[in-house]
Amino acid sequence: MTRLAKTFEALRARRGRALVPYFTAGDPSLADTRRLVIEAARRGADVVEIGIPFSDPLADGPVIQRAAQRALAAGVTLPRVLELARDLRGEVAIPLVFLTYYNPVLAFGLKAFARSAADAGADGVIVADLPPEEAGPLSDETSAAGLDLIHLVAPTSTPARMRLIARRSRGFVYVVSLTGVTGVRDALAPDLVTQLRALRLITTRPICVGFGISTPEHVRAVAPYADGVIVGSAVVRLIEQHAGTSRLLEEVGRFIASMKAPLQEGE
Amino acid sequence: MLAGAARLERRARADLGVSRLPDALGHFGRYGGRYVPETLMSPLIELERAYAAARRDPKFHARLRRLSRDYAGRPTPLYEAARLTERGGGARIYLKREDLCHTGAHKINNVLGQGLLAQRMKKRRLIAETGAGQHGVATATVAALLGLECDVYMGSEDIERQSLNVFRMRLLGARVIPVESGSRTLKDAVNEALRDWVTNVRTTYYLLGSALGPHPYPMMVRDFHSVIGREVKRQFRAATGRLPDHLLACVGGGSNAIGLFHPFIADRAVRIVGVEAGGHGIATGQHGASLSAGRVGVLHGSMSYLLQNDDGQVAVAHSISAGLDYPGVGPELAYYKDTGRFEFVSVTDEEALAAFQSLARLEGIMPALESAHAVAHAMKLAKSLSRRHHMVVGLSGRGDKDVQVVSKALGS
Repeated sequence: MTRLAKTFEALRARRGRALVPYFTAGDPSLADTRRLVIEAARRGADVVEIGIPFSDPLADGPVIQRAAQRALAAGVTLPRVLELARDLRGEVAIPLVFLTYYNPVLAFGLKAFARSAADAGADGVIVADLPPEEAGPLSDETSAAGLDLIHLVAPTSTPARMRLIARRSRGFVYVVSLTGVTGVRDALAPDLVTQLRALRLITTRPICVGFGISTPEHVRAVAPYADGVIVGSAVVRLIEQHAGTSRLLEEVGRFIASMKAPLQEGE
Repeated sequence: MLAGAARLERRARADLGVSRLPDALGHFGRYGGRYVPETLMSPLIELERAYAAARRDPKFHARLRRLSRDYAGRPTPLYEAARLTERGGGARIYLKREDLCHTGAHKINNVLGQGLLAQRMKKRRLIAETGAGQHGVATATVAALLGLECDVYMGSEDIERQSLNVFRMRLLGARVIPVESGSRTLKDAVNEALRDWVTNVRTTYYLLGSALGPHPYPMMVRDFHSVIGREVKRQFRAATGRLPDHLLACVGGGSNAIGLFHPFIADRAVRIVGVEAGGHGIATGQHGASLSAGRVGVLHGSMSYLLQNDDGQVAVAHSISAGLDYPGVGPELAYYKDTGRFEFVSVTDEEALAAFQSLARLEGIMPALESAHAVAHAMKLAKSLSRRHHMVVGLSGRGDKDVQVVSKALGS
């Protein structure tokens, strides 16, 4: 059983939900990302997504675009993110999931990537521009290496596609909550709950919801219908605001705790 | 006469309909495909179906043919450039005059086709990316013609280089949205257009301007531009009773190239050469020659050759011509590079500038800087060949938009 599967099984057993914060590796520095992930785990994160920056992140809004540009400018490369994961694996017990785009993975080599990621102690990978139709070659390698390749469902996905994606996805199914790019939003999409209910009827796999989830109220609204909540831009925006100050860890840690609170068992 | 026209139309439709490639998932060999966020998958499948239905509809073809003739000015002439040929002292050079199309470039062929498709799909808003501004102007034009809303994404660097086209788009009623991310050129304009489409996909039609992006765009854009090659074939046969020995076209994303080349793929005796932007020279690393100097990668929804560093980060292209200033290239060209059917060469900024001036002085034609790349290579190649050898150069656009850039480059 993979670390992701165990995590969600344990959460389900105690009626808890996962908080999954996202960090762009190397924003503002790899040392900071390391400290932030450790702090996130301490403050209640159940899974952490680590973004491998790409020059042309077309699924991302301005906040995460800027983070990727800062990380690339700071010299972050895929091998250095793998090192970060290896280092973190010695520090935290929670699953670590990479989030990236296909080209950096392709340039590194599919087999080499899957093996190195698994060796480093990573548990899964999400590739934002790799739908199941094109995922065959990578999926062969990740399966062989014991790495979960996580696919995304979008509001525009037809029922047939939802079934296909749920079947192919490993670890959990990532539900994109809105029709758009990543970013902080005021309100959740009105048809999100309908979509989550429909997906529940199709699959027993864990479901995590992301894109636009920025406040504890959003978390509370989504929690009854999902196994986990992914928080990206809201975290990255806080990092942007506090990078280089002594308050960085505390601000991000407190925010993560506030987002985790509505997900505690019994809530 | 009427029977002749009907036959031609049947042939045109056959040419649109029966290409062996791409396969059902949009692959040209290993290239092409659909590497996009899941949000775009269903809309792309819907677009593919709508296009397949339009392809089978004689009314769609009739309307496109009528607009191509009465609005865009097709067929465009095939012109034997006698003084240019004389200067070269070798092969005879013919120019396919896409610069005479309405809006000044071949881009109109594709926007008319896709514009009619958007209308069939009941989309009220068009979005587009543009580099040199030619595709933006063409999209703004078709939006005005069809009464649709239009937003054009353009890198802020290109806005500066191509201010005339920016003003033209605004006059046509389009909104030009400056893109400040990344390198602030065409590549980033495509990113922004895709992000807009991801957000507004239910109401908006993304009118992609080159033979790249996710399936079905490379196929669709190729089909709409193939009229260039079909006309050349007919015109050349009518003039000489045979086929040309060489075809040349500039390659940025590759839309005019694939449009000229595609109808000749099965004619093995015709040598086909794509001319990429050599910028300051391939060795300097500052160029736009993805096929000559790139590696296989994925950008903007398809697999193809790509300028990138060892870590898979996309490189910033350079070319004096904004339309060739792009680090990727259409997947079908990548496929035919690998099979050896197409050859690719590159021409530097300096050589393109020289060709721009030669064509202006020898023929009274100012080519777009993009097209000047193809002219430059044609002049080089012509020298080594005899008078019995015939080459056709795709003159994809006119150079009015480049006058400022050229004047600056020449230091006058």
